[in-house]
Amino acid sequence: MTEHVVIVGGGTGGTVLANDLADRLEPELDAGDVRVTLVNDDPDHVYKPVWLYVPFGQREPDDGRRPLDDLVDDAIDLRIDRVSDIGPEAQRLQFHGSAPPVSYDYLVLATGSTLEPDQIPGLTEGGHNYYSESGATDLRDELLEFTEGDLVLSVIGTPHMCPAAPLEFVFMADDWLRERGLREDVDITYTYPIQRVHGNPHIAEWARHIMAERDINVETFFNAESVDPDAETITSMEGSELDYDLLVTIPPHGGIDLIEEAGLGDDGWVDVDKHTLEAEAADNVYALGDTADTGVPNAGSVAHYQAGVVAQRLASEIRGRPATATYDGKTLCFIETGMDAASFVEFDYENPPSPAPPSEKLHWSKLAYNESYWLTARGLL
Amino acid sequence: MTDIEPDDTVDARGAACPGPLMDLIGKIRSAESGDVIRLLSDNDQSLTDVPEWAEEAGNELLAVEERDDHNEFYVEKA
Ligand SMILES: Cc1cc2nc3c(=O)[nH]c(=O)nc-3n(C[C@H](O)[C@H](O)[C@H](O)COP(=O)(O)OP(=O)(O)OC[C@H]3O[C@@H](n4cnc5c(N)ncnc54)[C@H](O)[C@@H]3O)c2cc1C
Repeated sequence: MTEHVVIVGGGTGGTVLANDLADRLEPELDAGDVRVTLVNDDPDHVYKPVWLYVPFGQREPDDGRRPLDDLVDDAIDLRIDRVSDIGPEAQRLQFHGSAPPVSYDYLVLATGSTLEPDQIPGLTEGGHNYYSESGATDLRDELLEFTEGDLVLSVIGTPHMCPAAPLEFVFMADDWLRERGLREDVDITYTYPIQRVHGNPHIAEWARHIMAERDINVETFFNAESVDPDAETITSMEGSELDYDLLVTIPPHGGIDLIEEAGLGDDGWVDVDKHTLEAEAADNVYALGDTADTGVPNAGSVAHYQAGVVAQRLASEIRGRPATATYDGKTLCFIETGMDAASFVEFDYENPPSPAPPSEKLHWSKLAYNESYWLTARGLL
Repeated sequence: MTDIEPDDTVDARGAACPGPLMDLIGKIRSAESGDVIRLLSDNDQSLTDVPEWAEEAGNELLAVEERDDHNEFYVEKA
């Protein structure tokens, strides 16, 4: 009997996993003993880290898009469709429209994050973001025209994609405005929901120091409650109010509703064993990347490492052997500290990060990785 | 033992910092004024995070209960 593995989500995690399985399970796929289906709701694969550079006019959104068809191994059945219901009891998925349901033996959820700006009244009208393609291009248009006033970057809630990206944005904006001779006319303020500037105390301490050196104002314990687009103010649950001329936010994030509806976890994130990545509430279901609630950052590097673990575990299970591969929390991140310098951190469940001194070499390493990312997605790197 | 009846409970056991505090803030965001939220956390950092945030936000930390393997925080939304 053919065993059917279905992966939902063709972003970083789902695509790396599909290509890894194509390689690892080649004999079984050739013999028709296993079938792997990758479902994504967009024919393109999107590499989101490109969006950080779009507001500064350094990249175009198209630089972060490639047809999934070009990236995914031919041995994988690629299906462009949107899953509308996950049925862990019946081991079945339903799709939007009239397509018949599909049964699975193993399901991997890699559906990523969804932006939920409507949680904050006024945010959609008053705030900009670089966490979506259209957000990044709109912000680019605003930023290119912005020459003076208050630039506020507000991180609204965690978890959100790439915990380093808000720091990168203010460091890059600071440097970019300096290079253009505008920094003295712009006040930059960074807000964060807890009492530090980043969730991780080691990164927070390092970043706070740079912010002080660069005259970036900091407001901690700032949980945005509402935005008034007419008065150009943002207020917090803690009772403070900030004026802005340009508001950039990291909007609230959630997973997809289907996950909660299927009883797999709250807020659209799947409750998993943080080492095996198996769903706690259902059998034969894995989750990886942003959607897996492991407590590590929502980062592409995490999705990449987790895909390797899930691929090994699935191959073992399919071959009737005990699955031994586990995820140790490994996370890698380049952090841009300006327009031509970056730092780098590496950490896991046991070992805390220690940010490397910013250098031009690390900046070029980040840009080089962004270019070679397509090899990662193909499973080559 | 407290006899406070919470209106809602957030179970953040197992979550790494700042997960428990952020889960509490999320719940308070959607709560009504006067509601009491109970947070379950096994992260020691919550013992400082939660009181500091409650004070900053003007919400009242009514009680902290020590259990065998976690703490329970009762916070009333202002
Ligand atoms: C501005 C920015 C900068 C970033 N920088 C970095 C960085 O420098 N380093 C780093 O490691 N990470 C970075 N990230 C984070 C990284 O992009 C994400 O963590 C990563 O994409 C997560 O991979 P994933 O596979 O979990 O989800 P995604 O890559 O988001 O893929 C999810 C896929 O699932 C699809 N999908 C969702 N629901 C359904 C459905 N119902 N049916 C079918 N398909 C569905 C989506 O369309 C999408 O294709 C950044 C993110 C942003 C926004």
